[in-house]
Amino acid sequence: MIPGSKHIWKKYAIAMIWLLVLLWPLLGIHADGTLTFSETWSVWIWIAGVLLGLLMLVLAHRSSTSRMVRAPVAIAMEKINRLGKVMPGKVWMVLIISVSLLFPFLTDRYAQDVAINVLVYVCLGLGLNIVVGLAGMLDLGYIAFYGVGAYTYALLSIHYQFSFWLSLPIAACFAAIAGCIIGYPTLRMRGDYLAIVTLGFGEIVRIILNNWMELTNGPNGILGINAPGLMLPQFSNGIGFEYIYLKKLHYLYYIVLLLCVFTVIAVHRLNFSRIGRAWEAIREDETVAELMGVNIFRLKLLAYAMGAVFGGLAGAFFAARMRFVSPESFTFIESAMVLAMVVLGGMGSIPGIILGAMALIVLPELFREVELYRMLAFGAAMTVMMLFRPKGLIPAKRVGTRSEEREG
Amino acid sequence: MEFFIQQTINGLTLGGIYALIALGYTMVYGIIQLINFAHGEFFAAGGYLGVILLSFLVSRGYLETHPWLCLGGSLVLAMAYCAALAMAVEKVAYKPLRFASRLSVLLSALGMSIFLQNGLMLTQGVYDKPYPSIFSHGNIEFGNITVSYLQIIILVATVSLLVLLNILVFKTRIGKAMRATAQDKVMTSLLGISSNRIISITFAIGAALAAAAGIMVGLYYGSVRYDMGFVPGIKAFAAAVLGGIGNITGAMLGGLIIGMVEIYGAGYISGQYKDVFAFIILIGVLYFRPTGIMGENIDDTRI
Amino acid sequence: MPNQPILELKNVSSGYGSIDALKGVSLKVFPGEIVTMIGANGAGKTTTLMTICGIVPIKAGEIYYDGKPIHGCEPDTLAPKGLCQVPEGRRIFPRLKVEDNLEMGAFFRKDRQNMEKDMDHVFDLFPVLKERRKQLGGTLSGGEQQMLAIGRALMSKPRLLLLDEPSLGLAPLIVKRIFEIIHEINHREKTTILLVEQNANIALQSASRGYVLETGIIIMSDDAGALLQNPKIRKAYLGE
Repeated sequence: MIPGSKHIWKKYAIAMIWLLVLLWPLLGIHADGTLTFSETWSVWIWIAGVLLGLLMLVLAHRSSTSRMVRAPVAIAMEKINRLGKVMPGKVWMVLIISVSLLFPFLTDRYAQDVAINVLVYVCLGLGLNIVVGLAGMLDLGYIAFYGVGAYTYALLSIHYQFSFWLSLPIAACFAAIAGCIIGYPTLRMRGDYLAIVTLGFGEIVRIILNNWMELTNGPNGILGINAPGLMLPQFSNGIGFEYIYLKKLHYLYYIVLLLCVFTVIAVHRLNFSRIGRAWEAIREDETVAELMGVNIFRLKLLAYAMGAVFGGLAGAFFAARMRFVSPESFTFIESAMVLAMVVLGGMGSIPGIILGAMALIVLPELFREVELYRMLAFGAAMTVMMLFRPKGLIPAKRVGTRSEEREG
Repeated sequence: MEFFIQQTINGLTLGGIYALIALGYTMVYGIIQLINFAHGEFFAAGGYLGVILLSFLVSRGYLETHPWLCLGGSLVLAMAYCAALAMAVEKVAYKPLRFASRLSVLLSALGMSIFLQNGLMLTQGVYDKPYPSIFSHGNIEFGNITVSYLQIIILVATVSLLVLLNILVFKTRIGKAMRATAQDKVMTSLLGISSNRIISITFAIGAALAAAAGIMVGLYYGSVRYDMGFVPGIKAFAAAVLGGIGNITGAMLGGLIIGMVEIYGAGYISGQYKDVFAFIILIGVLYFRPTGIMGENIDDTRI
Repeated sequence: MPNQPILELKNVSSGYGSIDALKGVSLKVFPGEIVTMIGANGAGKTTTLMTICGIVPIKAGEIYYDGKPIHGCEPDTLAPKGLCQVPEGRRIFPRLKVEDNLEMGAFFRKDRQNMEKDMDHVFDLFPVLKERRKQLGGTLSGGEQQMLAIGRALMSKPRLLLLDEPSLGLAPLIVKRIFEIIHEINHREKTTILLVEQNANIALQSASRGYVLETGIIIMSDDAGALLQNPKIRKAYLGE
């Protein structure tokens, strides 16, 4: 045992108590000078309970007594691993695909609703992953592309009665153009300068959506967007075709599942293509990449555009599903959510991001009863997660260390 | 012309407030290369503590009799509180991640920001909290130009805080140690300077300035809200980046520019798009100078 | 020679990540000595010093300073105990004035009134620093920066000074001057010095004892004079 390190947890606990003691008065005093702690009590009991649980976990994790718990877990993990080796990846794929295909038949509306949400965010997370995870550019305004996609379909549907399927590529195109517009001036900027500029762009898009009354109807949003439709043969009065709007939830589920599978395949292919490798080279060391003949200018723009495409597709679907869009849905907190999924899940790792999206959408749903405290818990959980797994739930496998970690 | 001067005064007031917040971002960034997303929340907490203290003093009647003492006392108390809060947040959410990748720390900061903001909302309510209006009366008129006493108070307080900070950072031992730590953490630890302590102090100073800005905004606009930290936060962050992040003079300059641009933009072009102008200026400047106005090339005042 | 070493390493292994740069290094430094450690690029010389100072995490073994264990201590607790390092590449603070750089060396000290005196002492040793005291550290030449780095370490009144490649990248004349000053510090102030050098010739000439480090292992240790005569050393490190 190295002297000094054993005090770390004690120090950390003191810091925690310090923070809580400081927050207490702020949360309990009312502006007229009266003190009402009753409301805050419940908050604190929650926080204290969660903290205690975490502390126990940590202690169990660190103390040798936990071996009784850990040993069976390790054995189980090993068995799973061995099973994973026996069953090739394809079997898993088939399993996952069949479960996701059968999902609407096994569950109710509410679960389907949540599932659709998860899948939309998976698309967004994978899109953002191209920019952040592969090309290494921090983007805090990603939700703008989602907004562009959503409004593109909304406007096309309202004014020109474009079908959803036709609008999808158009929305993707528009988002890609928006990506280039955002990308172009930021090409020379480094990490954190990029962060604020992308954040600024995101805000600009939202403010424009909010204020351009003639086009977007401002904060009231756009109502009456058509649901996706399909030409289906029908036989009731002779043979003919009928255009049916797919308003049912499980149809929407399949559409977004399709989108999602498309995204996963595309991102996977990109990841292992020449372009993907060039992006990783840029992420690790821009100067060296340029010296090795990587066209930084074009590839960075491409990263923005590709990332934006998936955001745009998800956005178009979002508009079609809600059949209503308003600037409210495209705030910074949404960008932060998507970024959180990417980082929480494990940057650059597709299964990680899927898991991250599931965690961030499903977990808050489980705590619906404590609606009010959801965001509070969400924030705290984000911090705690980072403390315990700074590399994400399923870290991507990569060779060598990342340049930013070395700087550390 | 008169309109222009009037707008300039308003812009200076707002710009000074942005500068105060931006300094916290820039100092923390200079020392540990972290965008402290929770910084806006310190600003909001300062505003709330101000309203709590001042309302309490009003209810006891002290504010009527000793307005200056009360204002000064509340300011100092709020600053001290936020300084302590920031140190605690740093210890809990950032310090354990000192050797993790920067995105993880960023996310941890974001989590803290959401946590603090929602904590404020849950316990202080979702509605605006009004500030006592005792300081918002009275103004001086020069022709058609009106300068309220409040603006003068804010300008004087801002300028004195900025001067104090400059003295602290460039003249005192602790300030020099701060700059040394920002330049080479390994070397400072070899010299017996605890970087953890210096980082704590940096957070404390930044949050104290933000708390002062929070009270000023509360007084200026007459109320505070739980989510008031977000928009001024990102604008101040923009100001810090505009000036060249990590650069103290740059942050002050950036704050003033963002404040002025916002007021001129609102006054001459469109009030609805006032938030857009600040970002457009930011993007424009960064396009031509990717490291900000005072970044890296003119580097004397980098922390 | 007193029996109690001021610094003792016992079987120290350390390194970054999974690779051990040091594989069981043991050495002793007695009070008042100049001890040198020579070795080629990548032998682990800098890692040794950084491990002593707690910057590189120690994996095995023990380090004693003044008879007390210091392995695992926070790096910033060592300078107040009188253990100071002038690291490789000098690492002066480029955007701090020369005098502020020096002041940082004495940051932890409580006796402020003596600081002026010590600064004057450093200026006596390095008069060029006095001329440049208002300049920013980054504007100094390489030799001046090395002097500043040594002067800064002296401001902490060290009892044991670790010097990492003070000759690196400097003109021969300046190297000579720096080594004269190292001698003077050792002689006049009784500061013990552990000197790490690639320039084996000058290092062995100025030291009383020497260690030879090769790929993380001490392969030889002897009196400096004997090492200078050793044919193997002459062949490997003195270019014969």
